[in-house]
Amino acid sequence: MKEILADLDRWKRQGKRVALARVVDVEGSGPRLPGAAMAVTEDGEVAGSVSGGCVEGAVVTEALQVIADGSRKMVTFGYSDDEAFAVGLTCGGTIHLFLEPLDW
Amino acid sequence: MADDDSLFTRLRQAIGSEAPIALATVVQGPGTGAKLLVEPAADGSHSSSGTLGNPDLDRVVVRDLIGELAAGTSGVRHYGPNGEARQDEVMVFLESFAPPPQMLIFGAVDFTAALSRVGKVLGYRVTVCDARPVFATTQRFPYADEVVVDWPHRLLEKMGPGLGPRDAICVLTHDPKFDVPAVIGALKTAAGYIGAMGSRRTTDDRNERLRAEGVSDDELARVLAPIGLDIGARTPEETAISICAEIIALRSGRLAPSLRDTSGAIHT
Repeated sequence: MKEILADLDRWKRQGKRVALARVVDVEGSGPRLPGAAMAVTEDGEVAGSVSGGCVEGAVVTEALQVIADGSRKMVTFGYSDDEAFAVGLTCGGTIHLFLEPLDW
Repeated sequence: MADDDSLFTRLRQAIGSEAPIALATVVQGPGTGAKLLVEPAADGSHSSSGTLGNPDLDRVVVRDLIGELAAGTSGVRHYGPNGEARQDEVMVFLESFAPPPQMLIFGAVDFTAALSRVGKVLGYRVTVCDARPVFATTQRFPYADEVVVDWPHRLLEKMGPGLGPRDAICVLTHDPKFDVPAVIGALKTAAGYIGAMGSRRTTDDRNERLRAEGVSDDELARVLAPIGLDIGARTPEETAISICAEIIALRSGRLAPSLRDTSGAIHT
């Protein structure tokens, strides 16, 4: 989260609503360690990353949903042999993300 | 700081001032989203703010947060609703924000400028030290967090006790007058990486001098010299990459060809 603190600060000052996604668990080969974070604003600005670029697009969609309904949830992206995970990691690993509004 | 600061503000301030802090977030189970912050103090005590919703759970998680912070790791743990072990109703993400690791560079040479820059890219707090005030200037090393005019062994007496496995000491002076005391001082620390620059002849000569000063073979084995991986680096920038790559390889225990373990010309 360190890398995106300056962006989070700025968005908070601007009064923007922000969703935060953090990698909390990785199974198998994952590109980023737990703690990797990405944030999305209500108007679609993005900071940080949670993978090597494989799932960021899908995270933006999930994050905008979190901003819209205020939900807090785990989202899993894994090897795409399950239809539930239309977006997969090409490295074959599974990452578990926690998404929440930055309202704390 | 004021009690009414938000948890984010507290986290932001601690990270900004490079103070250790750890954050717990319930990510699954009752109270999802609840948070707890722990800030250890220098005297071994700690303060906490926020709650996961149950005092017993808070107590167990504070203990585990302090452990994660000491190890510099982050990850999820499962607990019972009251913090019981071997239960999994509550999943908590424990995230530690350790202060940046330290990189000490001895010798205010051109390689130092490049290494301090790459060290910053990797997240190190970089200190450059040289006894010669003409060379040890902030103008020459704009990327360093600190430029110290002093003898290496004197700086190590001050900073050495605070160094640990995440920290790196790079001796780039290749002048025996400076680098013998620097390496001896470095060996007294718990730094995870100690490297010394120089040709193979300089390295042999330095090792002889170090042995004459009472340095044992086991201690010498801690020193990566000639410093860096054998990637054919030529420029100061390439050499800085070679050194930092060796630091990463040593930490992760991966086999990569260190110059120490190869033979032949360093520059091809």
